[in-house]
Amino acid sequence: MTELATYNFAYLDEQTKRMIRRAILKAIAIPGYQVPFASREMPMPYGWGTGGVQVTAAVIGPNDTLKVIDQGADDTTNAVSIRAFFQKVSNVRVTTKTTEATIIQTRHRIPETALQAGQTLVYQVPIPEPLRFLEPRETETRKMHALEEYGLMHVKLYEDIARHGRIATTYAYPVKVEGRYVMDPSPTPKFDNPKMHQSPALQLFGAGREKRIYAIPPYTEVVSLDFEDHPFEIQTFSEPCALCGAKGSYLDEVILDDKGGSMFVCSDTDFCEDRQAEGHRGHLSANPAEAAE
Amino acid sequence: MRAVTQVYEGGFSDAVFNSQEVFRALMEAMASPGRVVEIGKLAAAPSPISSVAASVAATLFDHDATVWCDKSIAGSVAAIGWLKFHTGLELTSNPSDAQFALIGDLETMPSLESFAKGTSEYPDRSTTIILQIDGFNGPEELTLSGPGIKDTQGFAPSQLPKMFVDQWAANRGAFPRGIDLIFVGKGALAALPRTTRISKKEA
Repeated sequence: MTELATYNFAYLDEQTKRMIRRAILKAIAIPGYQVPFASREMPMPYGWGTGGVQVTAAVIGPNDTLKVIDQGADDTTNAVSIRAFFQKVSNVRVTTKTTEATIIQTRHRIPETALQAGQTLVYQVPIPEPLRFLEPRETETRKMHALEEYGLMHVKLYEDIARHGRIATTYAYPVKVEGRYVMDPSPTPKFDNPKMHQSPALQLFGAGREKRIYAIPPYTEVVSLDFEDHPFEIQTFSEPCALCGAKGSYLDEVILDDKGGSMFVCSDTDFCEDRQAEGHRGHLSANPAEAAE
Repeated sequence: MRAVTQVYEGGFSDAVFNSQEVFRALMEAMASPGRVVEIGKLAAAPSPISSVAASVAATLFDHDATVWCDKSIAGSVAAIGWLKFHTGLELTSNPSDAQFALIGDLETMPSLESFAKGTSEYPDRSTTIILQIDGFNGPEELTLSGPGIKDTQGFAPSQLPKMFVDQWAANRGAFPRGIDLIFVGKGALAALPRTTRISKKEA
């Protein structure tokens, strides 16, 4: 606790937490709508999850258990440093197990293990405005949201089809929340979009540089935009995970050598490790007997 | 002298952790409309502000929050003094300018129409009304549905504003503009965000 004395609990001062908390409550009340907030400078650069960190800091308390993932992994730079940050400034329990966590801060993945009621998923969002690349002016995108004028987004998806024969958007795939707001689910693969629909967990989104907070309450309708003749589809993989043999999970390609060799492994490390502990094996996993020696 | 000590006493004993605890209750309530979330007796304000209302005020109000109080609260020098001393809030006499409204007496409160609903561009610039009631085991149960609710949720506050079901339907119809409600009862709170639909239980 001696180290904690140098900072307020969870780093932010109480006035900042109140401001963020008020924004979070409004965000939950208007699902998918981006609430402006007075984002603070954090002790890490923009693009490293300052929005997610501020949301987590405003929410977290001594009874919480925190999990942080970066592209599904608990052991990559961003996840490790944010986890260490919260251990230092809030002294909370941390975990890598999805099922044990009360708050999961994520950079661009939703865990494979289904989330439970009572859990909160905090997304780090780089560009919260789904219409930004179609219309750069904030005044205009505000008006488009106000008038529910989302034709341009459908034109964009249509142009994908005209050019590529299919909707080529694979991440940050736009969704419509509760039949009203079109929302950017942050750059998660579209593979994860169906998990947002009617999720029992509360989903909070923080964009630090762009100063926006938005939310999806539990049990809320989240529909990926599509066309009748080009329905929304998620990615599929032709081979199972090379380490745990999982078939329905999202896979990363890992380069093995300089001769073009590669393997596909689960991007969710906790899910993959759990399966291996249960005895599932992929075609490249070490023989457990040999590994023990 | 008595009024003065009343004003200074009864704040959070631990500003950081108490407000975090109350906020998490509020967040759970807002994310699960109609769910009654219990909170401990953390703050105590002079009458007519209840302990739970005082805790919510101390968690959400500060110099950046414009608050409108109804006559029952604004009429008490000690109650207003407590709010000012412990939160530093900015009071307003116009409900449509208020970010928050604190209602002690539901019988005489103005219609939901008179509060800020936000604009189409900024629907978040709307009033969150904090309604002080006796409890959550009232005679009439409303059936709630909408985001945050799996199928339906029963909700039976002991008091409701006049013509509440009609007023609420109008509020729901203005979505995404609209006001949000936080009910504070004895030892517990519940919330109705603007997305919630109400149907009266079939008699």
